[in-house]
Amino acid sequence: MSHLLSILLFSPLAGIAALSVMPSKNEKALKLAGLLGTLLPLLLSIIAAVTFDRSASGIQLAEQGNWLSYKMDQAGAGSSFAIDYEVGVNGLSLVLLLLTAVISVLAALGSWTIKKDWKSYFIFFLILELGMLGVFASQNLFLFFIFFELTLIPMFFLIGRWGFADREKAAYSFLIYNGIGSAILLIVFVALFMRTGTLNYGELAKILGGHTDPALGGTFRISLLIALFVAFGIKLPIVPLHTWMLRVHVQAPPSVVMIHSGILLKIGAYGLFTFGIGFFPSEFKRMAVWIAVLGVINLLYGAFLAIVQTDLKKVLAYSSVSHMGIVLIGFSALNEAGVKGAVFQLISHGLISALLFFLIGVLYERTGSSDLKDYSGLAGAMPVTAGILLAGGLASLGLPGMSGFISEFLAFLGLFKVMPVIAAVGALGIVLTAVYILRAVLSVTFGPPKDAHSGFYDLTLRERVPAFVLLALVLFIGIYPGMLSESLRTVLDTILLGLRG
Amino acid sequence: MDLHTLTSMNWGIMAPEFAILGTAIILSLLDLFMPRTQSRRPLGILAIAGIAAAFIFLYLQFGHEGASLFHDMYRLDSFSKAFKLILLLGTGLILILAYDYRMNEEEEYRGEFYYLLLTALLGAMFMASSGDMITLFIGLELLSLSSYVMAGMRKRKLESNEAAFKYVVTGGISTAITMFGMSYVFGLTGETNLYAVGAALRDTSILQNQFLLVFAFFITFAGLTFKIASAPFHMWAPDVYQGSPLPVTAFLSVVSKTAGFAIILRFFLLCFSSAPGIKGDPLLLQVQPYLAVLAGATMIAGNVIALRQRNIKRLFAYSSVAQAGYILVPFVSVSALLFETTWFYLLAYLFMNIGAFAVIQEVTAASGTNDISGFAGLYKRSPWLAVAMTIFILSLAGIPATAGFAGKFGIFMNALGTNPGHYILAGILMAGTVVSYFYYFNIIGQMFFRSGQEERAIQHKKGLLFVTALCAAATVFFGIFPGTALHFFYNEFHLTDFFQTLGQK
Repeated sequence: MSHLLSILLFSPLAGIAALSVMPSKNEKALKLAGLLGTLLPLLLSIIAAVTFDRSASGIQLAEQGNWLSYKMDQAGAGSSFAIDYEVGVNGLSLVLLLLTAVISVLAALGSWTIKKDWKSYFIFFLILELGMLGVFASQNLFLFFIFFELTLIPMFFLIGRWGFADREKAAYSFLIYNGIGSAILLIVFVALFMRTGTLNYGELAKILGGHTDPALGGTFRISLLIALFVAFGIKLPIVPLHTWMLRVHVQAPPSVVMIHSGILLKIGAYGLFTFGIGFFPSEFKRMAVWIAVLGVINLLYGAFLAIVQTDLKKVLAYSSVSHMGIVLIGFSALNEAGVKGAVFQLISHGLISALLFFLIGVLYERTGSSDLKDYSGLAGAMPVTAGILLAGGLASLGLPGMSGFISEFLAFLGLFKVMPVIAAVGALGIVLTAVYILRAVLSVTFGPPKDAHSGFYDLTLRERVPAFVLLALVLFIGIYPGMLSESLRTVLDTILLGLRG
Repeated sequence: MDLHTLTSMNWGIMAPEFAILGTAIILSLLDLFMPRTQSRRPLGILAIAGIAAAFIFLYLQFGHEGASLFHDMYRLDSFSKAFKLILLLGTGLILILAYDYRMNEEEEYRGEFYYLLLTALLGAMFMASSGDMITLFIGLELLSLSSYVMAGMRKRKLESNEAAFKYVVTGGISTAITMFGMSYVFGLTGETNLYAVGAALRDTSILQNQFLLVFAFFITFAGLTFKIASAPFHMWAPDVYQGSPLPVTAFLSVVSKTAGFAIILRFFLLCFSSAPGIKGDPLLLQVQPYLAVLAGATMIAGNVIALRQRNIKRLFAYSSVAQAGYILVPFVSVSALLFETTWFYLLAYLFMNIGAFAVIQEVTAASGTNDISGFAGLYKRSPWLAVAMTIFILSLAGIPATAGFAGKFGIFMNALGTNPGHYILAGILMAGTVVSYFYYFNIIGQMFFRSGQEERAIQHKKGLLFVTALCAAATVFFGIFPGTALHFFYNEFHLTDFFQTLGQK
């Protein structure tokens, strides 16, 4: 199976092809096809994970093919610019691929609440999955960009067509903000390409690490890094570039938010990690203090605003802003603990937020509202839901034994080593997190039950699968983080080596 | 020149032009002698056949060595072949649009539409092939005059009259300006042949007249950019695009624009590429900042004004202005990738824009309005048409996996590949692209998010459907495999002969 990764990458196409020939009225069959369409990439990514050699460093499952080239001989330069098809995975991208595949399946299960046009919904859903898989499997900036943008279009449709009342505005603001991000990203990529002649991650890191070429001087590098920061900062999102994300979290259908919050936000961090730290380690070091400050601002700003929200979706949206602050904090520490914490946070937050948004979808389906005061006392009518919500909340606030704890602990540990004052301020965020999470979760589960709740039924079997799977993964990482860090070890080693050099 | 010299010349290299000319003559004669009441639509089929014949002749010329007539007045080099390919392909597709275009009753019998399209094409092909200011000007005028009449084809429509009138007046002025600028070039060098002009301008003694030289450059540039509708000479575009019959609008925005870019590349690179500038740098490098401002202004004007358009044809007029700004970027930066990236973008633009116009023609005919709300609920009425339109719009907006993105990537490489890179220009290009999302995606929003008043399925016309399908397929194909087009370009076309005189006496 030498083409395993490409097959995995394009496997959602099978589902898209099947869906596009199906009649558009048969709701059950379409939903099933959508679900099966996401199961195929999951299966393939598990195979990929099994064949992956955790002890070896470097890119595995690599594939390469000629794609297009520009000849430069008219100017007499004799060189040519080749853009190749290059895919491959390292430990980090493999884990993110798996995360994408898992969350896609569970989000497809969460899509049962979708009310109309199931056919086009699942087609867009699978295109979105294709884009996300591609982002993590690319080893080439051109390819990365194509898949990066490929996630934009289906998201625009998914929000604008299947979202809540104010969906169109949310869709446009998603499109424009992320469009600006990609625009900046494209400038960075093309500038790198024209100066170095390659788009391959590994070669770029080598050339940029070499420091010899005056054309790749300090100003050039630092401006590219800042541009990358803005581009991925929109995606991540970093305050003040976050407003679009709140709209999306509130207006998009919950199953789409599972993906958005679970994976799409992670692309920003993945990009910062792979390109920011990977290509410009010394410049990143020079900016570290500012990144740490930004991280703390994100953490506290998100947490403070989450406290005052009355809408559960908004609480979680601001909580995401806050949690992405921890990613920045971990990166800015630039030591083993910090970077590891940040990467752990990516995966942990992906699982936790997917879980919580799945539960919101469940609650919304029953109550038709996401306002906290409409929920009060749901534990009576829906004990299992309430229990899982509590568990998810505890994971989110970083209770030991759950995945959130490991990441926060490591990120702060890393930062305390290098910038104790900033870290101490940031640590305040942990307290605030506890406040807003407990407030939100408790006001859903406890308090006087509403009369309207009497007819509510608890999680059905279809709903139990995503909830339990996600919770199990959260617990698994929390109890046995070694499993994850083993896969990431070689990646982190490479990055840390670059930072020392 | 006696008869013997005339017959001894290699007229065969003009075979594509002769095919077009012959068809146009036959069509005009048929139109003259056909009974008044008989429909002229069969003439359309004949016109398409003529284009097909010209295409075959062009195809046979691929791989042949360059050749020329009358001391490089008419050139058959790879540059002309590359651009004629786009011109022929574009006009062929537009003729199919025209064939399915319904004017009102009394106007349906107008046959001149078809042969005017062909004479316009002939002018455009001459522009691509000319190596002399005289032939260049003749081609330009043939294209322009035919276009003026076509713009006013719906003579009982007020807006069509307005379009034709504005086009004639502004076009005439631009012709005058072009002529004025060329007269300076001639005055400075005493030559009309572009290669001879280039050689004469290489002489540093020309620096005594450096201001005249710069003046000549800018005046000719101003005149020639009229055809591509770049700022500040873009004002005619919205009114003319709106008033013209739709196939003519498509022709102006694709074929006429391509010819404009061909002439700009040909004229300025041959005449001015080695002309000395004021402080030692070549003139073409020194004027870069000014041209960059023009390109930037074109992108900004096109994109920003498009935001407020409700009329779909006006919207596409401004979109077309913005696109002209994008395509100007490689010309501004004059990097090593200038030819292939400009050519590729024009090829991509051909498919995405003609495709979009095919859908617009279908939708405006079905909804009876040119307002953008005519697209509301298109997804319900005709899902495939909506999907195709989405592909064209994504491509125009430069979203990956479409030809438009591959083209824009090439333009970017031009802007950033020179030293120092044109970062500001690239920034404006990107900002313009993001702004364009607003109006492009607004159409998508109408098609998918809104519901229209009309729910009935659209009755498709076969020709339009064919053009739409072909353009959509090509847009996606060249988006995923842009290498195929580039490979073709590198294999078939050797631009070394662009800068050489071919010198057949």
